[in-house]
Amino acid sequence: MERSVVIAGFGGQGILFAGHVLAEAANAEGREVLWIPSYGPEMRGGTASCTVIVGDEPIGSPVVDRVDAAIVMNPPSLAKFAPLVREGGLLVVNASLVEAQSGRADVDEVRVPCSQLARAGGDDRLVSMVALGALIERLPVVSAQSVSQALRTIVGARRPEVLEADLGAFEAGRRAA
Amino acid sequence: MTRRVLMNGNEAIAEAAIAAGCDAYFGYPITPQAELLEWMARRMPELGRAFVQAESELGAISMALGAAATGARVLVSSSSPGISLMAEGMSYLAGSELPLVLVNVMRGGPGLGSIQPSQSDYFQATKGHGHGDYRVPVLAPSSIAEAIELVPTAFEIAERYRTPVMVLADGIMGQAMEPVEPHFRTLPPCAPDWALTGARGRPPRVVRSLHLRAEDLEAHNRDLQAKFRAIEAAETRWAEEGLTDAEVAIVAYGTAARVARTAMARARQAGMSVGLFRPISLWPFPAAALRDLAPRLRAILVVELSAGQMVEDVRLAVEGRAPVLFHGRTGGMVPTPDEVVEALRRAFLVNQPAGEPSFDPETDPLGLICAMGGRR
Repeated sequence: MERSVVIAGFGGQGILFAGHVLAEAANAEGREVLWIPSYGPEMRGGTASCTVIVGDEPIGSPVVDRVDAAIVMNPPSLAKFAPLVREGGLLVVNASLVEAQSGRADVDEVRVPCSQLARAGGDDRLVSMVALGALIERLPVVSAQSVSQALRTIVGARRPEVLEADLGAFEAGRRAA
Repeated sequence: MTRRVLMNGNEAIAEAAIAAGCDAYFGYPITPQAELLEWMARRMPELGRAFVQAESELGAISMALGAAATGARVLVSSSSPGISLMAEGMSYLAGSELPLVLVNVMRGGPGLGSIQPSQSDYFQATKGHGHGDYRVPVLAPSSIAEAIELVPTAFEIAERYRTPVMVLADGIMGQAMEPVEPHFRTLPPCAPDWALTGARGRPPRVVRSLHLRAEDLEAHNRDLQAKFRAIEAAETRWAEEGLTDAEVAIVAYGTAARVARTAMARARQAGMSVGLFRPISLWPFPAAALRDLAPRLRAILVVELSAGQMVEDVRLAVEGRAPVLFHGRTGGMVPTPDEVVEALRRAFLVNQPAGEPSFDPETDPLGLICAMGGRR
């Protein structure tokens, strides 16, 4: 089964990183995965997004016209990506920054105060890990254990001092969902 | 099984070139291939090999020509506008019969265009970049794993035929990450008998593209053409998927072929028997295989990230044996699988018996298929 997830928000919210963690988790499970970032000029101070497609067969199209799940971290991302979620799909909304509702009655909309939980965890930049936790709790595209393993692989290699904070933020997101 | 690792396309191409024994890299930064140059900037000095960030693309390709003349295994990379600047050097490399691999991670054009993915440099890549009668083998990977395979192949072709070779990717392939087996093919070192290595103790050698006497230049051109025919005979590559029972074939390469593969699966679920013909070498173009396939098909749909470039080669190959339709997006937009499914629906309506609902690509004013390029 192929699952696609789009993660979108401000540059600096760790959007591409959260996608990378999800992709690494899928790889750790021995599955097929493709991670594609938006790399337009909008990345500088504006919106950033990435798409992660996870499957058991080699991934075909790198562009998706509908997604199984979207994480939206700011208002412009809600407007842009909420309509892309397939019927019955999952929409994780950062309720700390997004007041508006998606208006989608046909999706599972989970509102989590990601920015607040990140701040409680000690660093605003943990916000996307909180959201990823909420996503995996509601739609286990990969197992939570694989995400923890991926965090150890990626963060443990580069910045081991923040690993515990990342793992904590991920768990906080799971609990909040 | 070795654990696979996530790599982005630019880095994978760079590492594949390093494993293949690339001695020297020359380049100049440009999105969306910057990570390739950055990877080389870090790795090549570590290995005691040459890395030069030139002052411009013109400098990079000219330095590369000089390095290639000494028998070095040389990689150059850029993206569309930078590749245009390298056109002069590519003509000189072809004329001087120097091996080199040039990677183009295409972005939208013309001009500075955008930094988003595109396939609108097909004409430039396959019909020659610079002046003069020459051809350049062009390899178009459709996944990061395939890019890793094709980079050493590109060096082999370059050295076997003494010719520049192009690897044609696009911004998506450059930027995306996929899991790959961390096995990169190595090539034996090359020590060609024409290389300029200092003439002490042996007769001097000459590497040049200048032949002032017309008779000499014609003889040189005849040799080049013979070489191009040999490449056509031996180096044509393509892949076929689901064609045995297909009524409609999609012809697409690179990223467009991946979109096509998803569209094909959706179309088959909807009862349409669709296959995929994927050129891997764009020159030489797999014309004969396509010509043989065409009479079995109701129609061919070409999908590109362009206004319709490869579609001309498809029509030349097919020579009217099957109707050829086109769907493409430009400027950095990528066709979606559903768009391609919609185009396939129309392809199935071509040449219907009288009285049946049908689609005539000649008369469709602004339908999806004709939105870009259409039937020409």
